[in-house]
Amino acid sequence: MSRGAAWLAALAGGDGLVPGGPASVRMRDAPLGDEPARFLAVVPDPEGRFPRARGGEVGLEEGWALARHVRAAIEADAAGPRRALVAVVDVPSQAYGRLEELLGLHLACAAAVDAYASARLAGHPVVALLVGRAMSGGFLAHGYQANRIVALDDAGVQVHAMGKSSAARVTRRTVAEVEALGEKVLPMAYGVRALAQLGLVHRLIEGVSADAPSGHDVARVRREIAAAVADARSGPRDLSPRLASPAARARRAASIEVRRRLAEQWDG
Amino acid sequence: MSGALPAALARQSFIELTARERARALLDPGSFRELLGPFDRLASPWLEQQGVVPQEDDGVVLARGLLGGAPAVVMAVESGFQGGSVGEVGGAKIAAALEAALRDRQRGVPIRPVLVLETGGVRLQEANLGLAAVAEIHAALVALRREAPVVGVVSGMVGCFGGMSIAAGLCSHLVVLRQARLGLNGPEVVEQEAGLDELDAADRPLVWSLVGGEQRYLTGLADALVEDDAGAVSGAVRRAFAVPAPAAARSERVGLFLDRLAAIDPAAPPGAAALRYAWGGRR
Repeated sequence: MSRGAAWLAALAGGDGLVPGGPASVRMRDAPLGDEPARFLAVVPDPEGRFPRARGGEVGLEEGWALARHVRAAIEADAAGPRRALVAVVDVPSQAYGRLEELLGLHLACAAAVDAYASARLAGHPVVALLVGRAMSGGFLAHGYQANRIVALDDAGVQVHAMGKSSAARVTRRTVAEVEALGEKVLPMAYGVRALAQLGLVHRLIEGVSADAPSGHDVARVRREIAAAVADARSGPRDLSPRLASPAARARRAASIEVRRRLAEQWDG
Repeated sequence: MSGALPAALARQSFIELTARERARALLDPGSFRELLGPFDRLASPWLEQQGVVPQEDDGVVLARGLLGGAPAVVMAVESGFQGGSVGEVGGAKIAAALEAALRDRQRGVPIRPVLVLETGGVRLQEANLGLAAVAEIHAALVALRREAPVVGVVSGMVGCFGGMSIAAGLCSHLVVLRQARLGLNGPEVVEQEAGLDELDAADRPLVWSLVGGEQRYLTGLADALVEDDAGAVSGAVRRAFAVPAPAAARSERVGLFLDRLAAIDPAAPPGAAALRYAWGGRR
């Protein structure tokens, strides 16, 4: 079982299989603290209809199904309290395939992005929990629109624009060289601690077993997610908090400076 | 002897223009005003340590001006710098302009935002900061699109790939040229990851038949197909703002696309022509 599937089951108390599928997109409503939450994960499905998206990648069905489940929560909660959405993230990448491109994989990912961002703007606290890989287009579609990103402090939690082996091939380096470059250039690093140094992680959860969590581990992670949900409820609905931390002010200074100077020049 | 030029000579190729010239060509004559231009010297802080010479505008041009007399902002990626890749600064410029346009709309300024996307996606040398910037572009786009139509242009020849293809997918209205390509993964990446049998990236007619501008238009994944002429592109952008925005953006039409996917058998997939018939219905 993938980390994403295992953590979804542990946190939500069930496998999250949805009748009518796809089996690669798991969704389950379960309590979080004293409120309801909807947990979502993309997981491998060796029987998946689209062969290029059987390994946990975000493919066509995955993007559109995520959008369906997220929008269903927005519609159901339109008149009342907005439940939290928890994206359990363990995605190796987007799917790479000819049929995927023909059928508009960019739009399938846009649909997921749109749904998560719309939920956030409608007042649903969206929390991403990084338990494994959070790669590239897969992470953009599933997790990166969250109000708050929390992550297990574990070597297997890896975040990047391109997987190590692909990046090595594209830049004609060895995987070891790609890793070494990450030691030298902070945004090139794969490990989640580097991402936290860039101010992109709200909370790094230490001392939890990512592969074989105990009941105590799961309870702790659930408390951390609930705290992130509470924090999101009391903050803005946009992504401005990502630029507000001391880490972001130190290491994303250019992102902040661009916004400051654009505001000065905007009206001439 | 008439002074009129033959039409072919009078036309100005849009593809051959730089990002700055494209922005100028889209805006009403004389109204172009660049923001955060080269003299503001906001270059990438990450490239020099990797032996890459940075550029003072980081490959993104922002311009305010008028579009059909209404206030506008054009955000254009320069494909001539690092393949039109999005780094921290260039990405922040686009996100910041979208965020500023949203503030304008919220205070009643009817600003018209236009994205000119000629980009390979995230700049690998700034990996996680490029990816973070793209996520912030997506967030700003979704928020702005609730208040105002956002028009995207993909012209060629670099194409629009990676995280920025998702931005194109979030636009209210997409203008494409035949020379354009639009897809999440560039053909070289698909070939590298999935093998030559999956996709031969060197087969240009095949690539364009799958993800080219005309195919995207004929399958309903783009809204206007225009010739490579600056006047024609500018006219298509103006027309996009003149018509009411669709009730639901393409990326919101979940039921439609889930039904369409359910009707497809991946073991006997449709070709490009069959898909035009199944999804297009345009002509």
